[in-house]
Amino acid sequence: MTENGQTIRSFRRAAVTLTVAALFYEALARSGYFAPALLPTIPVILQALYASIADGTMIEHAAFTLYRVMFGFSLAVVVGIPLGILMARFQRIEHFVLPLVSALMPIPSFALVPLFMLWFGIGNLTTILIVFYAATFPMVFNTWSGVRSVNPIWLRAAGAMGADEHSMFWKVIIPGASPFIITGMRQSFLRAWIAVVGAEMIAASDWGLGWVIFDAKEFLNTDIMLAALIVIGVIGFVFERMVFGSLERATVLRWGMMRKAKG
Amino acid sequence: MPDAVTIIDVAGVPERPASAGRERWRAIARNVFPFLVVGGIWEIVAWAGVFPHRLFPTLEEVAQSFVQLTLSGILPHHALETVLRLLSGFTLAAVFGVTVGVLMGRSRRAEDIFLPLVSICAPIPGLAYAPLFLLWFGLGNFSAVLLVGFVAAFPIIFNSWTGVKAVKEIWVRSAQSMGADDRRLFSHVILPGALPYILTGLRLGLAQAWRILVAVEMLAAVPWGLGWMIFGARKFLNTDVMMAGIVVIAIIGLTLEKLVFQKIENYTVVRWGMITS
Repeated sequence: MTENGQTIRSFRRAAVTLTVAALFYEALARSGYFAPALLPTIPVILQALYASIADGTMIEHAAFTLYRVMFGFSLAVVVGIPLGILMARFQRIEHFVLPLVSALMPIPSFALVPLFMLWFGIGNLTTILIVFYAATFPMVFNTWSGVRSVNPIWLRAAGAMGADEHSMFWKVIIPGASPFIITGMRQSFLRAWIAVVGAEMIAASDWGLGWVIFDAKEFLNTDIMLAALIVIGVIGFVFERMVFGSLERATVLRWGMMRKAKG
Repeated sequence: MPDAVTIIDVAGVPERPASAGRERWRAIARNVFPFLVVGGIWEIVAWAGVFPHRLFPTLEEVAQSFVQLTLSGILPHHALETVLRLLSGFTLAAVFGVTVGVLMGRSRRAEDIFLPLVSICAPIPGLAYAPLFLLWFGLGNFSAVLLVGFVAAFPIIFNSWTGVKAVKEIWVRSAQSMGADDRRLFSHVILPGALPYILTGLRLGLAQAWRILVAVEMLAAVPWGLGWMIFGARKFLNTDVMMAGIVVIAIIGLTLEKLVFQKIENYTVVRWGMITS
């Protein structure tokens, strides 16, 4: 009862906080202290959101953005996981790749956008490559440390029970490394999501949520900017919690390899 | 194909040093070798003329413009402005983030108030806020620093919050039964206990700040800054200047990561034996 009661109370408090924040914003917007063009009221934002969803433009923008993210992210997964596994299993590859990865990782993907624009032009290719660049490194790093941190006892036990190379890899190493790999996918999706908005602002042609925000700035359409911001937040939230959260629940949490974080 | 067990064992354990000096040389050579290979490939592609020369300069040209810009003081000036902005934004984020995070960890009321706001604002990419901040606070330093602080605060808040909540209940109770008052409990048990998480949060926050800063400098039209330099060089097709800027960005990022944060970690949490380096 106490557990349940506390959850309900937390929910109520969250609702109260959000309402208060919204009211505060609304009061600020209506006070006329800021120009209404810069600080639109909430009904105006919602109206802009509704209108752009109703005529399909916002959905198309979101579809373009999602296509770019998923394309770049899939590429990153396809490249990152094998590379990470190879790095962890063959020291020669680790010695070659690791210095390169650690030198490239701290370069923000956004610093490369102007260069990629010159090389690959404006549009989908540049955006996808930027997303790929941003998403690959967390994937490689996490897979690498995941495979390295597989409990040696499991390997020895499996070896003593006569597992061959093939089943050792698929039955022991991959499941053992999967908490790290899934964390890596989560991180790299987050980075991909961040990178796509930035890349779209500068290098997109005419579709994409980042482009909407940037374009709306030119015309001072603050309501559309905030509406696009809401869409970006909702999509990010849905992927982070629902997709990767349920992936985690279906695999590593069910196998009992990771405890659910409290709080 | 070698056996998995031996491979992983070898990868985990550093080889025994035959002599420390030779070992170090070998480590350096090993780290340099990949860059030489990649540099060689770059050079071949640049000379072969697969891409137009203007877009794909040779390494000599990049190095030349790097030296030239450094000697004339332009590159250091850009870098200095960027680092100053980074530090002021990050300080803002650190002070605000740790305070809010610790408050959220200690008091349920604060948690209930802040958590919904934080978890709604955090997943939105920082750059998406940038045009909004530019409209509200104008072009220039103020909105750049503010945005960096705002964006970098989230990982710090999350980690401080988790850290304070993850302090072992037994430590708190034993300190209390030994008669520690609230202040001592906080400064001697909770803060050190949460420090590994807080440091990780600061590290993540700094990385976040660094990424967003480069982007913001491109958009916010500040007169100096590495991001602006790269973006400005694009207009004149100065690919070599762009590459030089990217190199400096990589060096600063690597320095922050290796020299600043690993040192802090070694002096505090590793020395206290809370994590192994």
